[in-house]
Amino acid sequence: MSGAFRLAGRGRIDTTRPVVFRFDGRMVRGYAGDTVASALLAEGRHLMGRSFKYHRPRGPVSAGSDEPNALIGVGEGGRYTPNLRATQVEIHDGMVAVSQNRAPSLRFDIGALNTLAAPLLPAGFYYKTFMWPRGFWDKVYEPLIRRAAGLGRAPTEPDPDHYALHYAHCDVLVAGGGPAGLAAALAAGQAGARVILCDENAEFGGSLLADTYSLIDGLPGGEWVARIVAELERLPNVQLLTRCSAFNYGPHNMVALNQRLADHLATPPAHMPRERIWQVRAREVVLAAGALERVLVFEGNDRPGIMLASAARTYLHRYGVACGRKAVVVTADDAAYRVALDLAEAGVKIAAIADLRSTPGGPLVEAVRARGIEILPATTIQRAHGHLRVTGAELAPVGADGGVGKGRTVSCDLVLMSGGFTPSLHLHSQARGALRFDDALGVYLPGESIERVRSAGSCRGMFALDDVLRDGVAAGLAATGGKSGPEWAVTRQDAPGTGGFAGALPRRGPGHLALAFVDFQNDVTAKDVKLAVREGFRSIEHVKRYTTTGMATDQGKGSNVNALAIVSNVLGRRPEEIGLTTYRPPYTPVTFGAFAGHARGDQFDPLRLPPMDAWARAQGAVFEDVGLWRRARYFPRVGEDMAAAVARECRAVRAAAGIFDASTLGKIEVAGPDAAEFMNRFYVNVWTKLGVGKCRYGLVCRDSGFVYDDGVVGRIAADRFHVTTTTGGAAGVLNMMEDYLQTEWADLDVWLTSITEEWAVIALQGPRARDILAPLVDGLDISAGAMPHMTLREGSIGGVPMRLFRVSFTGELGYEINVPSSQAQAVWDRVWQAGASLGLTPYGTEAMHVLRAEKGYLIVGQETDGTMTPADVGCGWAVSKVKPDFIGKRALALPAMYAPDRLQMVGVLTDDPRTMLEEGMQLVTAAETPIPTSAEGHVTSSYFSPALGRSIAIAMVKGGRGRMGAALYALRLDGPALKVTLVDPVFYDPEGARLNG
Amino acid sequence: MLLIDCPYCGPRAEIEFAYGGEAHIARPAADVSEAEWAAFLYLRDNTKGVLAERWRHSHGCGRFFNALRDTRTDRFHAFYEIGTPRPDVGDAA
Repeated sequence: MSGAFRLAGRGRIDTTRPVVFRFDGRMVRGYAGDTVASALLAEGRHLMGRSFKYHRPRGPVSAGSDEPNALIGVGEGGRYTPNLRATQVEIHDGMVAVSQNRAPSLRFDIGALNTLAAPLLPAGFYYKTFMWPRGFWDKVYEPLIRRAAGLGRAPTEPDPDHYALHYAHCDVLVAGGGPAGLAAALAAGQAGARVILCDENAEFGGSLLADTYSLIDGLPGGEWVARIVAELERLPNVQLLTRCSAFNYGPHNMVALNQRLADHLATPPAHMPRERIWQVRAREVVLAAGALERVLVFEGNDRPGIMLASAARTYLHRYGVACGRKAVVVTADDAAYRVALDLAEAGVKIAAIADLRSTPGGPLVEAVRARGIEILPATTIQRAHGHLRVTGAELAPVGADGGVGKGRTVSCDLVLMSGGFTPSLHLHSQARGALRFDDALGVYLPGESIERVRSAGSCRGMFALDDVLRDGVAAGLAATGGKSGPEWAVTRQDAPGTGGFAGALPRRGPGHLALAFVDFQNDVTAKDVKLAVREGFRSIEHVKRYTTTGMATDQGKGSNVNALAIVSNVLGRRPEEIGLTTYRPPYTPVTFGAFAGHARGDQFDPLRLPPMDAWARAQGAVFEDVGLWRRARYFPRVGEDMAAAVARECRAVRAAAGIFDASTLGKIEVAGPDAAEFMNRFYVNVWTKLGVGKCRYGLVCRDSGFVYDDGVVGRIAADRFHVTTTTGGAAGVLNMMEDYLQTEWADLDVWLTSITEEWAVIALQGPRARDILAPLVDGLDISAGAMPHMTLREGSIGGVPMRLFRVSFTGELGYEINVPSSQAQAVWDRVWQAGASLGLTPYGTEAMHVLRAEKGYLIVGQETDGTMTPADVGCGWAVSKVKPDFIGKRALALPAMYAPDRLQMVGVLTDDPRTMLEEGMQLVTAAETPIPTSAEGHVTSSYFSPALGRSIAIAMVKGGRGRMGAALYALRLDGPALKVTLVDPVFYDPEGARLNG
Repeated sequence: MLLIDCPYCGPRAEIEFAYGGEAHIARPAADVSEAEWAAFLYLRDNTKGVLAERWRHSHGCGRFFNALRDTRTDRFHAFYEIGTPRPDVGDAA
């Protein structure tokens, strides 16, 4: 047997399969089935970590997911995971684990000096101390605090593993696979329901795995569990999930589970996800979350070697480990007596049992007494001695008046504590279930819930095994409507304990300097909680935030009830008058990898590719993301940077012709007998008089009167419009159209169809555009006379059906060739070949932006911000004065919409033509403006214009159109403000002669 | 995640739907007073209790419909078509 504290013939570990792993660089031997904690305890080692604030040496308090102390980092490189509970981490060959929050070593940690300063570090220390001098904050305090804060180190390398997400439905989800959960799952499964049973541990059984006393149908706990699990496995309608924590209870019975698939394996299969999130929608939920033993709050209660009594029993019976040689038990509950008997039988000396109750009695107590173990009634533990390991406990009598007398010190290497059991209410509370305080048990129990959920077993305050099993069956039947379920005879069991204790233990002396921990993980002491109340905090929610008690990753599993009791005592109010803090998900920490699932890298978002994407890649284009689209930004030639490429592309469009993939434009077909009326009501423009074959620039406002989207609309037929929207606005415009059509204008006979993906758009722009296109369009006359600006024709191009728009977003003669996406590349190739000898040049989104800015064309979302009217952006002309109603009409008539100081779209020029403004710069009236000041406006677009040979910018300026020629100053973060002059925003070809060429 | 019973498609998960704000807010005619228009645009009840609200099955049939949901519990009490009156469910929690 490896490990001096390993007991042969005990535990559920597989001693035929030795396992070797490393802890802090040292080799540790254990067995398959061990956790890091049980393997280290088998070597007699309790010290496993250092605490968060005071760097106190710490060892495991528990044997499960409620562990606040023994937090370790596991794995290497990108697989490193910090802050895992050593009590849950299963060992495997080659595993590498490290302790945390210590330097240079776990045994000698320089940060432990904080303990000496503990009297100076009370609750609210940061709030009180770092207030002054103000200038110290950035340079001194914050860096200092940041270095000291945080527990564990985040890995910096990419995570090489993959994670999965699974949606599931079931009739009954049972959370927790202890006796109640197993009974509920079997009852529901036998009733024919689809059942999912999950448990956070590696095997089902819960408390039964550490119970060798109770007998069910004559079987000890572990054997009964094996029988029930085998029965469940035979039911095809039952799914069993181990290593799977229910961590979040969402509305309408949507429960999230985190299943750990690979971390316990030395060599997981390559295809296996490391973890999986289950999103389970359950018709009914049974919570069988169990109960957690409470720690006792006394001076030095955090010394390694001090743990929950039930934990020592678990280490004994599940792992075959004795947690010490000589134990002192301090209890307020009968259950610890069973632990004492089990340990004594295994050879651990029980030095004494200090019972806080004055007259402990009953069969269990008598059995202990009969074994010759000393029982000290009405006795508290004044303090624990020791540093890296507990060495003794001072046990002191509590008088009838509550006063504590002089005690005696008992030497020991193990202190077991039990304050009774707290039902786990986390999931019930997350489901917004009410809690009710039970006076007899002194704890909160689940009350009414709005969800279809029921608690079973000890999580609702039932502690006798036969009650728990019956309750589990009843819950399983109630969840399924089943009439009869399995029955078992519990032939031997302990009666449920009475008593229990919450709050700080009575002590001799005021204890001003005593460190008696309530919340181990956040290093919150009893006096911190008392101080918070003395300083005026009354609400338990405020005490929690001020002291941080219950705010660590263990979610206050072990600490909340003690903190509540301390507040209750200081205030002299009953616990139920104070309430409990809200439980928040997750029940136990979940890794970011699990939450991300497959949504990382290329899978993070869907990628939308325009039809000519492959062509653009072959041309060496540089791309940019526009929403979900990946669009070609520019097409650099050898040796060109972005500025040079964009300038060349712009010049080519103005001098010859450019070709551009505009397929991302949103496109909606509006069809039906009332299509024109619908358009009239939806847009600010008039549509009824637009002839078939004509186009118009359309502007959409919201009913608030503010610009929402824009785009060219063509009338294909009397009852059919081809609407275009901005690339980013497509889905929103269609949704808004559907909203008004379905909910306001049910009188209209109209169909709306998204055609964005169906029609590709090849923009052909520039003075040679017609020369290139004319030979290709299958007999269509596109001469200036036959097809003027803002018209559209249906036809074909090389046999491919086509909707040809003569429109321009560049200010040049231009066409947008709409063809079915599936044939777009062939058409593009034909146009490209036809233009080769005429200087046709591909251009990207950047040149598109520069060309439109030279023309002062607005981009919704760049010039506008949701508070601009059509008139603000120079489009007042588009707004109908005659229509009885349209979206935005009433709001646009409000006086505020015509206030003279509204922001209006203008051009701005710097004095030096080479100086570029930055988008977002604020414009003010004087060069030397004291800050803070209010701005006259801000820059919305800024480019270098190849056509003008200088920088240009567009801005929104208060009353801007009336201030042409005026000077303003653009504020820079570095350097003096820049003088700018307000000008008309149409920088190039203001007459529009080129459009109509 | 809410479970929403689309009147046209049946129960579906919330991710298939888009929220549409409070229901039964009639769009006034264009000649109402400024105050009435402002109220239409911006004033909502912020109900604690049963709220009539609009949903759109945007990743399903695309239809808008109304629902009665208790904002205290997220429990739905009714799903009904646009244009039909609000069902009477009292102030059930």
